[in-house]
Amino acid sequence: MAEGRIKDEVLLKGENITLSFGGITALLDVSFAVKRGEIFSIIGPNGAGKSSLYNVINGFYKPQKGKVIFKDKEITHLKPFEIAKLGIARSFQNIELFKHMTVLDNLMMGRHIHIKYGLLKSLFYFGPCLKEEVEHRKRVEDVIDFMEIEHVRKKPVGTLPYGVQKRVEMARALCLEPEILLLDEPMAGMNLEETEDMARFILDVNNEWGVTVLLIEHDMGVVMDLSDRVMVLDFGEKIAEGTPEEVQKNEAVAKAYLGDTEGAFLGR
Amino acid sequence: MAADTFPKLLVEQAKKYGSKKIALREKDYGIWQSTTWEEYLEKVKYFSLGLISLGFEPGDKISIIGDNKPEWVIAELAAQSAGGFGVGIYQDSILKEVAYIINHSESKFVIAEDQEQVDKILDMLEEVPGVKKVIYYDPKGLKSYKSDLLAYFPDVIEMGREYEKTHPGLFEKNVENTKSEDCAWICTTSGTTGFPKLAMLSHRNLISMAINLGKYDPKYDKDEFVSFLPLPWVGEQMMAIASSLLFGFTVNFPESTESAQADLREIGPHIMFSPPRVWENMCASVQVKVMDASWFKRFMFDLCLPIGYKWSEYKFDKKTPPFYFKILYYLAYLAVFKPLKDRLGFSNIRSAMTGGAALGPDTFKFFHALGISLKQIYGQTEISGISCIHKDDDINPDTMGVPIPETEVKISEDGEILSKSPAVFMGYYKQPEETAKTVIDGWLHSGDAGYLTPEGHIVVIDRIKDVMSLRDGVKFSPQFIENKLKFSPYIKEAVTVGHNRDFIIALICIDFGIVGNWAERNKINYTTYTDLSSKPEVYDLIQKEVEKVNKGLPENAKVKRFALLYKELDPDDDELTRTRKVRRHFVEEKYKEIIEGMYEGKDSIKIEAVIKFQDGKTSTIRTVIAVRNV
Repeated sequence: MAEGRIKDEVLLKGENITLSFGGITALLDVSFAVKRGEIFSIIGPNGAGKSSLYNVINGFYKPQKGKVIFKDKEITHLKPFEIAKLGIARSFQNIELFKHMTVLDNLMMGRHIHIKYGLLKSLFYFGPCLKEEVEHRKRVEDVIDFMEIEHVRKKPVGTLPYGVQKRVEMARALCLEPEILLLDEPMAGMNLEETEDMARFILDVNNEWGVTVLLIEHDMGVVMDLSDRVMVLDFGEKIAEGTPEEVQKNEAVAKAYLGDTEGAFLGR
Repeated sequence: MAADTFPKLLVEQAKKYGSKKIALREKDYGIWQSTTWEEYLEKVKYFSLGLISLGFEPGDKISIIGDNKPEWVIAELAAQSAGGFGVGIYQDSILKEVAYIINHSESKFVIAEDQEQVDKILDMLEEVPGVKKVIYYDPKGLKSYKSDLLAYFPDVIEMGREYEKTHPGLFEKNVENTKSEDCAWICTTSGTTGFPKLAMLSHRNLISMAINLGKYDPKYDKDEFVSFLPLPWVGEQMMAIASSLLFGFTVNFPESTESAQADLREIGPHIMFSPPRVWENMCASVQVKVMDASWFKRFMFDLCLPIGYKWSEYKFDKKTPPFYFKILYYLAYLAVFKPLKDRLGFSNIRSAMTGGAALGPDTFKFFHALGISLKQIYGQTEISGISCIHKDDDINPDTMGVPIPETEVKISEDGEILSKSPAVFMGYYKQPEETAKTVIDGWLHSGDAGYLTPEGHIVVIDRIKDVMSLRDGVKFSPQFIENKLKFSPYIKEAVTVGHNRDFIIALICIDFGIVGNWAERNKINYTTYTDLSSKPEVYDLIQKEVEKVNKGLPENAKVKRFALLYKELDPDDDELTRTRKVRRHFVEEKYKEIIEGMYEGKDSIKIEAVIKFQDGKTSTIRTVIAVRNV
């Protein structure tokens, strides 16, 4: 891994976030800080509040207490599209793509927030719009090349195998040119080979493009291999944070996963 | 002809076409990006000078490993221009093989495509001490690599530009100094055992081959060619390097291996030369797609195909079909064959060739039925790839055609095919004793058994050592039977055994994709390849296919029993060569238990086998293999 990849600057910070739905507390007093350039994983048993935390960062849920701070600016009360514009992109656990559109169209859609021309202007396609469109297409092609999906460029997403759809989902998020990428179980339901490919893509995005990555993943082998730091949630509370080694040794973590203190085996 | 080496040819073509004609085209960013002849020359020039500035000396060698991209051929020509040569390495070669080729060829430079290939070289640096530089052309994932050994292709071209400032005219002088007798390139030949042999081909060999082939199979500068088969293969060298430089046609490189079929269709090539496997795959994929098509399409296909077959028979017999039949064929052509050709990317095809191994006559007929004039080529790497070809008006699916100009072919007393031409290679690199065994008095010994027909066509029976006889003396060619079996879309690979035995048996590998599809449609559950190939329903399916094949075989040489193997044959397990020919003796040895069991008359054989995965892990398979009588 490259030297100097991780900067000291804190890119994304959560302060005492509490989120509840009626009587159910999804997140309780969760704080964290992600540095620029890091791969930061969030793990925890089902229902621990991992995806809820993503939704808070995205601005999709508004927490009752606490703040989300991105580059020293509070974003807790911004709308999701405003947050996306700042450079926070996300891929979804259940693939959220337009199934009947081609891969290319889906990815061009990912450029949406960067498109400057409006509806009226686009009526006169030739000229500035054309130039802009070419520029967008070039960025999209960079991502296509990066995610190795050239062969399905013109295929409708719905016809692709699941593993490839997952890649398109991540590609769509990358088309936003994010500074920070939130990945929600990118490896779920993949076989060993697809998982390894995906792990390589995540490392390359982080390494080559300098994108900070937030990762929710159940495959512990992957989490322990990729992450710089890991945060563990259990029933909405943060129970541990640290390097993969530290977290693996943590008794509270083992307990949350296994229900007793025996067996510290978080390996695959 | 004045230009007698490839660098000279390149200079000549660049002078002739300049920036007006496209030499290379590569699909990138989803768009076909062109390189004109002038730019082609420029890139070769500066890359060549760049190599020299990095310490490349005349006589030095390079190794290239990677996908077909313009950089591949540029590097090849650059090495030749600098007075050296090199060797291409198949990308899927195992590490041991890569190290052997780099060491044996004494390569100083390795041109590796991307991270995957660079990792291969960096991982075994200790085993290849002679390597001075590794030059890559796809920078993805390599940004954080700090090794001094690495250089980026465009950077080397820049170094070349710098170098020219202090050494003007060096490239031109170097090109002038290339000699036609010098080695131009090394092609690896699949040794049937152990490591590959490195066959040295001179400029003269390759150029004379291209000229003589061109006389029987003309090529024009307006032609398009798609380069998607491995460039280390002599067939791809024949086309993408030798013929393209000689005739000035455009070479197109697909975006990625997965998109090759779609890219081929976009280009619509005029020329195509592929080993049988590619034609067989296309044929099989048509058959599968037809199975999945609507009933009307299926009906039309089934209606028209016999007309096409009949048409091809007229052609093979050199008879003129009656007038009414011409109309009938024309209608069938319009209704089915023309759109089908378009689908396959063959709308413009004029010169379609197959070579490298035997193509089943049925596949051959199939393409002629579509109106594609597929021709058989015969030759070895050692004779620059070709000695015989079908002439356009003289096609016979059972033969390999007639010798090309300047080529003599004769049959030795033992029935071996011998050939002689200016294209016979210089020898195996650093293996004179092997060369002496192969070329005797200028005659190249092919190791193939064959005979000449009264019309002068050459017929190849099989490898001499592979022609077999049953205990009662009946001779048979296993390959012939296997090709018949493989014509079935469900059968991927077949190995027949019967030498000095009482009858013939077959080991069959099903095609996982196609049989899997079939199983799904018939609601048969399966998990793995092993599981699928042990299903009784699959056995029933294959049995029908074997029975069909048996109908076309002589009474005493029919397949009597068969079994389905629990795994696919794989080059990584040494069962196939890199060009996917079966290593018969190895397979017979490896599956001895099964074969003996089949001859003992057992109906099921218990097997415990170790399977090796690509990453070196092993796992044990325990399974029971059923045997069927046909």
